[in-house]
Amino acid sequence: MRGYHGIGLWQRIRRNAGLYLLMLPAIIIFICFTYLPMYGIVIAFKDFRPAAGILGSRWAGFKYFTKYFSSYMFGNTIRNTLVISLYTILVTFPLPIVIALMCNQMNAKRFKKFYQVSTYLPHFISTVVMCGMIVLFLSPSNGVLPKLMSLIGVKMGDLMGMPRAFSSIYAWTEVWQHVGWDSIMYIAALSAVDPQLYEAAVVDGANKWQKILYIDLPLLIPTAIVLFILRSGSVMSVGFEKVYLLQNDLNLSSSEIISTYVYKMGLKSSQYSYSAAIGLFNNVVNFVLLLTVNTIANKMGNTSLF
Amino acid sequence: MTAQALPMKKRVGKTRGDQIFDIILYTVAVLMVIVALYPMYFIIIASVSDPNLVAQGDILFLPRRMTLEGYKYLLSMGNLWTGYGNTILYTLAGTLIMLAVNLPVAYALSRKDLVGRKFFTLFFVFPMFFSGGLIPTFIIVNNYFHLLDTFTVMVLPFSVITYYIIVARTFFQNNLPAELWEAAQIDGCGNLRYFFQVVLPLSKAIIAVIALWAAVGHWNSYFNALIYLRTGEKYPLQLVMRNILINNEVVATQMTGSAAAEMNKKVNLIKYGAIVVSSLPIMTMYPFVQKYFNQGVMIGAVKG
Repeated sequence: MRGYHGIGLWQRIRRNAGLYLLMLPAIIIFICFTYLPMYGIVIAFKDFRPAAGILGSRWAGFKYFTKYFSSYMFGNTIRNTLVISLYTILVTFPLPIVIALMCNQMNAKRFKKFYQVSTYLPHFISTVVMCGMIVLFLSPSNGVLPKLMSLIGVKMGDLMGMPRAFSSIYAWTEVWQHVGWDSIMYIAALSAVDPQLYEAAVVDGANKWQKILYIDLPLLIPTAIVLFILRSGSVMSVGFEKVYLLQNDLNLSSSEIISTYVYKMGLKSSQYSYSAAIGLFNNVVNFVLLLTVNTIANKMGNTSLF
Repeated sequence: MTAQALPMKKRVGKTRGDQIFDIILYTVAVLMVIVALYPMYFIIIASVSDPNLVAQGDILFLPRRMTLEGYKYLLSMGNLWTGYGNTILYTLAGTLIMLAVNLPVAYALSRKDLVGRKFFTLFFVFPMFFSGGLIPTFIIVNNYFHLLDTFTVMVLPFSVITYYIIVARTFFQNNLPAELWEAAQIDGCGNLRYFFQVVLPLSKAIIAVIALWAAVGHWNSYFNALIYLRTGEKYPLQLVMRNILINNEVVATQMTGSAAAEMNKKVNLIKYGAIVVSSLPIMTMYPFVQKYFNQGVMIGAVKG
């Protein structure tokens, strides 16, 4: 920066005209398909008719928000969203740390590599295939999980048809698919440990368990806290894709979340304004949560998204 | 080196406690590997075994009464292969566009002498926190740009990915010394030429990371297709897979008299086969390129 002192602003811009040119395509795409839709949010306060367009449609005030807040789906969708989300955060959170600690203790190089590759692998299965596998595996008539469970004498019912099983199915399959992958951050953090610390601990007679407890774990805690806080900022945005695919008529009472409801209201029954209002409500809650959480994360450690 | 620095008795062997620790460690690790791999292994053996035995629960560990019926039927499913072809096209075009759009932005934002750097960074980061949402976006794409049910909608509108920009920007900041640009400038090299002839050739690692992420993302996604596509011939693989796996369309199209009962048994065989066929490219490629994925996550973890 210092070298540019004394040169006018316009000259500094012109000198780097090429940089603006490099950004141009992305800026145009972002304005058209990301910022214009933000303007499109006004339809939540209007009676949107496609023929009249966004500008031409009549204002409706808070009609659609009131409609949502007073409908029985309001409590239902919010409760389901929160239950699935919180459950998932709680069970997917600790395991990556355990995996990283285990990896760090393995001296057998080839096995360690194999362990990592195989625990990462499920992360690359697509959501559609994952949901197909869940439905196939849990099928009470010919699924493999009921068969395996019956080997140890446990009888399983039709889990996909039980509303109260839905959040468990969702959360534990998330664990299976993503904990290995999520451990990468922690493994990276552990690789930064100064080997002298371990040597000093060994001289003092520490065993492996004590090394984990007094060296590794304290090192991971700041990372873990920040990741946890950031995760909880997205508590209102459970992935639409997986929930939508796992829904069926039987489990709908506990699987209808805000985003699936928005999709059905908006694109299936063309209630654009109502659906946009629900979406906006969800976005605002998310935004406030993220800001709060970002501030907390900022205070706890020096990691933040900004 | 470390061993020599240690006292004699520590070098001789592990303590008993450490031995027990190792036994527990490796036992748990092996169990976790089994839990991670078994479901995928089961899909493979179930896709080549007699469907009656699978249904009875007799196929758990090894394939029996091997059959290729499922795969034979899959070969005859035109929509699956159309979907496969479409996905290859969307993945190739979509990945190229993502590279072409995100890398230049990342480079520009990595330059400290960019006037308005803060503003542009906020411009690209803000949508991570707030977005128009599904319906307003749909209305803009459909009513204003008329992109419903087109090839374009699958590769262009959502190609700016803030996370890729942040990761690549961090990479550029840490790997391109400022002196390099200063030297190039003295030689009369402009920003554009510098980006294409110096920056890109020096950044193969990050290009590989972003390309792989983008490709896997395109291969596995179904959301955009679900929202924006209407005709079956344009469906990507994942949407076809959803119809096969979740909506049971294998049966629906084959429901004719007594053939239906016979067909019903085969449905799961076909489903297992379809899972193998659709996941094969990524699963076979993954072990060879996994180091790039890891690198990417770690670059992204270091905040720039």
